[in-house]
Amino acid sequence: MVGNTDARIALVLLTPLIGAIVSYFSGRISRRLSATIATLAVVFSCFASLSLWSELDSGKSFTFTLGSWFSFDKLQLPLQLVFDRLSALMCLVITGIGALIHVYSIGYMADDEGSPRFFAYLNLFVASMLLLVLGSSLPVLFIGWEGVGLCSYLLIGFWFSNPDYAKAGRKAFVMNRVGDIGLMVAMFALYTATGTLDIHDLNTPDRLGQLGSTVALIAGLGLFLAATGKSAQIPLFTWLPDAMAGPTPVSALIHAATMVTAGVYLMARMHGVIELDPFVPALICWTAVATALVAGTIALVQNDIKKVLAYSTVSQLGFMFIAVGVGQYWVALFHVVTHAFFKACLFLSAGSVIHGCHHEQDMRKMGGLMKFMPATCAAYGIALLAIAGIWPFAGFFSKHAILDSISATTNPYLISYASCLGWSAKGLAVLTALYMARSFALTFLGTFRGTGHPHEAPLLMTIPVLTLAVLSVGGGWYLDHRLPEYLAEVAPSSVHLAHAPLGVGGVVVGSLPGILGLALAVILFLIATDLKDAIRKLTAPLEWMFAGKYFADELLNFFVIRPVQLAGQVVKLIDHSIVGGSVTAVGQISRTLGELARRSATGQVATYVLLMFLATSVFVGLFVGK
Amino acid sequence: MSSVAGYLGVAFLLFIIGAVGVALRRNSIVVFMCIEMMLNSVNLTFVTLSQVVGNLDGQIAVFFVMVIAAAESAIGLAIILSVFRSMRSVETTESSQLKW
Repeated sequence: MVGNTDARIALVLLTPLIGAIVSYFSGRISRRLSATIATLAVVFSCFASLSLWSELDSGKSFTFTLGSWFSFDKLQLPLQLVFDRLSALMCLVITGIGALIHVYSIGYMADDEGSPRFFAYLNLFVASMLLLVLGSSLPVLFIGWEGVGLCSYLLIGFWFSNPDYAKAGRKAFVMNRVGDIGLMVAMFALYTATGTLDIHDLNTPDRLGQLGSTVALIAGLGLFLAATGKSAQIPLFTWLPDAMAGPTPVSALIHAATMVTAGVYLMARMHGVIELDPFVPALICWTAVATALVAGTIALVQNDIKKVLAYSTVSQLGFMFIAVGVGQYWVALFHVVTHAFFKACLFLSAGSVIHGCHHEQDMRKMGGLMKFMPATCAAYGIALLAIAGIWPFAGFFSKHAILDSISATTNPYLISYASCLGWSAKGLAVLTALYMARSFALTFLGTFRGTGHPHEAPLLMTIPVLTLAVLSVGGGWYLDHRLPEYLAEVAPSSVHLAHAPLGVGGVVVGSLPGILGLALAVILFLIATDLKDAIRKLTAPLEWMFAGKYFADELLNFFVIRPVQLAGQVVKLIDHSIVGGSVTAVGQISRTLGELARRSATGQVATYVLLMFLATSVFVGLFVGK
Repeated sequence: MSSVAGYLGVAFLLFIIGAVGVALRRNSIVVFMCIEMMLNSVNLTFVTLSQVVGNLDGQIAVFFVMVIAAAESAIGLAIILSVFRSMRSVETTESSQLKW
């Protein structure tokens, strides 16, 4: 790949970074000014990415070296940025959707005293994410990776005066750290085997050939563990729903459009390493199916509108990882992009709803909001159709591609289960439509069950939402034919998908799971509510399990946190008794000796003189005797 | 030769008197004078032996001892004076607080 040096890449990255600092301090002057600066920084970064992207021909990439980071042994590590087609796609999603979310936040955070801090964090978050996708080597990517983790901690715990929110931030931070260990282990393994950490270099056949089977397995599993942390897959998924403690635009930015896609991005970037051992993609695939199922069923019984969306994010990330597992990286990224459109739209609509209902998040206290906030309702409805996978909305194309890619798998561990996987994915699509339609019905249909007077969001908030709704309609159709060819060189798929244009039959069959789910929701939640109650009675134990989130937190608590705490107690005991004890003993011994020696000092001059004479005589005697 | 023995005998006597005085007397001024007496007995020994061996080194040493003794007495008397100010006494047995 030919890399032309271009300083605009630095502009893409540094504008939000500088924006973070400037917007924080300009908040002292005016909160409005700070919000505007932050928004303009991201918009500018978006335009810089666009101008670079427009010059990006096939087989071309731009690079820019900010400086040398460190050199050690044979490792030369420049702080280098690469803008290739994959980075370009991610940059456009991050800055484009990021800019819309910034605009929305101006309206959403207008009444919050701490908004300069909020905008500074948002900008810092965008900058970290950009560094993550632009970094040319794994350590540079890792800076962004950690930065994203840090910003998510800061933003989730933005309202830190509420201990629960602060705790949610901490949980996200710690769970992400667990994933980071995977990334570090993978880096160590890859460096030991090849002596390089450059992403492009690592994925060349020569380098991949240098990896032994053990190293390939360790590196692959490490990378996947890292991805489970950031992208909220089993077993590290419980932080994402808790992360809803942050302000809603944060949920949209971090937990729908950008941060959670870091795992998918990492998988696509390091596809060569992941594919070396077919066991790793197979594991990814099964984990993804399990995650999607667990999260989807939990979403079915949530009453908090943001929690439903959070679990649906986890579930959709499962879809992306299914595509990763079967080796169709462009499909995974396709779903990343369309998901970014409709999930950001859903989150921002939910934010408008929460804003309009005076910070009420419980869907049981909503209902009938269609007539109070028609624009938001329309956007939510469109995004709902998109996530359900109904033609011609965006989600249809990416979900269809995922279903296609499952049947095309050549992975020896998966090939005999391909049809089983396919049906699971279809079932999951039905489930998605069902729980999303339930949230729509509870929020917008029926009669208003809350108190007060809900109102439509201000224009600053509805415009980004409607823009995202438009993208949720057209985005999939636009990308469907361009993306496979566009991404072919940066994230090649192991198997080429026959991507024929869909006929009417294909459209209908493809939309079927979504339609089925929606129809089920209409029957259960609108027409035959008695039936729903009957089913609920029959499935009470299941509901108990879903509502308890499969007791994932409790299981983690019991099997991971408790043993670690117990080990900590033991170590503490050893430290205090043996290590600390011996140190104290040394001090105690000299104290005791000193106490004894002290007695010899009587304070009587005569005694001293006598001793002096005696000592002198002894010494003189010794010398003379010699 | 006998005169040498006499000088050394006097010096020895002076030293013993001084040493016993330092050890037994309680008045710190007397103790102090006893120390001076011991120093001077050593001086006498130096001078005597210097005469015997015909070498001036011993006599030079005496000058050093005298200079140091002068400095020492200045400091020593100052200490005794300040002890007397706080204790109202120059008895060595009284001032046993300066331990530990």
